[in-house]
Amino acid sequence: MNSISNNINQEELKRLAAREGLTFFGLTLPYLIMVIALIAIPVGWLFYLSFIGRDGTLSLENYERMWKSKAYIKIFITTFKISILTTIICAAIGYPLSYFMSQLSRKWANICMIAVLIPFWTSLLVRTYAWLVLLQKKGLINNILIESGLITEPLKFVHNTTGTLIGMVHIMLPFLILPLYANMRSIDKDCLKAASSLGATPTRAFWTVFLPLTLPGLLAGLLIVFVLCLGFYVTPAILGGGKVIMAAMKISTNIEMYFNWGAASALGVVLLVVTGIILFVASKLISLDQLGNR
Amino acid sequence: MKSLKNMKNTSLNISIDNVTKKYDDFYALKDISLDITSGEFMTLLGPSGSGKTTLLMVLAGFTNPDHGSVKFGDEEVILKPPHLRGIGMVFQNYALFPHMTVEQNVGYPQKLRGVSKSETTKTVDEALGTVKLEGLGHRRVDELSGGQRQRVALARAIVFKPKILLMDEPLSALDKKLREEMQIELRQLHDTLNMTTVYVTHDQKEALTMSDRIAVINGGELMQLGKPNEIYDHPQNGFIADFIGESSLLPVKVSKPNVSIGSSKIKVAKPPEKNGDYLLVVRPEKVFLASDKKKNDENYFQGKLLDSIFQGESQLLVIKLANTENDEQTLRIRIPNQSVTDKTLPAIGETVTLALKVADSYLVS
Repeated sequence: MNSISNNINQEELKRLAAREGLTFFGLTLPYLIMVIALIAIPVGWLFYLSFIGRDGTLSLENYERMWKSKAYIKIFITTFKISILTTIICAAIGYPLSYFMSQLSRKWANICMIAVLIPFWTSLLVRTYAWLVLLQKKGLINNILIESGLITEPLKFVHNTTGTLIGMVHIMLPFLILPLYANMRSIDKDCLKAASSLGATPTRAFWTVFLPLTLPGLLAGLLIVFVLCLGFYVTPAILGGGKVIMAAMKISTNIEMYFNWGAASALGVVLLVVTGIILFVASKLISLDQLGNR
Repeated sequence: MKSLKNMKNTSLNISIDNVTKKYDDFYALKDISLDITSGEFMTLLGPSGSGKTTLLMVLAGFTNPDHGSVKFGDEEVILKPPHLRGIGMVFQNYALFPHMTVEQNVGYPQKLRGVSKSETTKTVDEALGTVKLEGLGHRRVDELSGGQRQRVALARAIVFKPKILLMDEPLSALDKKLREEMQIELRQLHDTLNMTTVYVTHDQKEALTMSDRIAVINGGELMQLGKPNEIYDHPQNGFIADFIGESSLLPVKVSKPNVSIGSSKIKVAKPPEKNGDYLLVVRPEKVFLASDKKKNDENYFQGKLLDSIFQGESQLLVIKLANTENDEQTLRIRIPNQSVTDKTLPAIGETVTLALKVADSYLVS
């Protein structure tokens, strides 16, 4: 009697659960197809190509070249140098700015946020060319500096590392500010009051309470900026004027000038793997820290 | 118990003098003067927006008043930043540091004060013992329940033996049962540690339960200062009578020597000096169903029973009064459950006679 009553509707409920699973699978299917067709297959193809030599046979020559050629090593050094510098400058500008915004009333914080977001939504190409106009030899900034008598010779702002950095910092800044600002907003202001009431000077409260609590947001922002910088193409290509060559630009010349798909693919694979490793390491750090922020 | 003795403290009195804080046209605090004696448990009680929290923030140093003086002992502290005031403070949402363990949280003020490691460990253990959290030092804050977090916040505020402890609605996030337990525990803790405590709450029952004295604050002004029983039994005005405890306020006319409700005359404990309109404060537990014999020391009211509600420990009767100017005037009376039987309870719609002792008939303006 009991066993029968326990099995009431068992079959129907099982069928219902199965149907629910099928519905969810159906809903994810378009995305799955897209990921496989647009990411998994091309990336696999990229891996395959990177192991094909000039003569069309399997070989490691594309990777050997990277290891042995000074030009390639220099490109990697430039890529990392620009990415690290951009990330550091973004943090140096973005952290105080986010802090300032987080202390404002909602209304003023929103106005500041719009000021951050409008350039963020403007085309990257437009902003890069705008910087070219502003920074060039007879550009607005040099003209103002010369007319005000601060300098006599125009400063060289573009077609070098300086120009590349100015452009990239401007473009990357919102990526740092958005997660950091959200993090700072979510911090309980009473925590800082508590620190203060317990005897912490404002400086001490910042280092012992505020900064540790903003680390997850800061790390997330740094990570996004750094990873985006690694594969950045447009801004260094225009503002660097061919003198600052980053990995993405080398990939492009390999294909456009030398039609060497193998070499380009190998570079792409290296960038992908490096990015993957950084993401993996950082995800460990951030998830650990977010546990502490719950 | 040993640890409790070690935690015992010296305390300081607080003198608040003419403190005013204005935001644009709005007075958050209006010329508040209040003396809190050393070792006293003082509650600032008021509805939300009354200015009680602003006053606490002035004491803590987070809000600067427009003018006025705050002294801890003989020392003027109004210009001192919060971190130099040496007060312990417990916040509404605990404000524990989520990136630190319980031990690190409680040890934080000691670390700031440069206390040695061994001494810090000792005092942290004492403080955790005092709030009954022994052995939880290594826990993460997010592994604790609301009540435990409250205790950690308390331990953190008392670990450095402050002479003054400020608490901003510390129990409001807890459920009712735990809150009532903690009220008694906090009061006991105060008696043991003996530090001057200023406690902010909007919960009048909490204030009555815990305080030595209560300062009722409304609209930025100090309305009444007194012991819990004084405030409950002799509220100074209609607002306090209504805010503290349950009460029905009946409009009364005084034209000496007569005091009357509508057409019927009543006697009151202390007739007011001036003629005019007053309110009779009727506490539901002080009215009772009248017996047949009328006595000289009681006032009587006639009315129709509108509603009878079972509330566990008591039965609440809502009665519409006859003979008043206002037709909608109702009176609430509370009969303890022990004396409730079907026979003693009138039926809804029935006319009942209520009695109120003359000694309990108290008028407010």
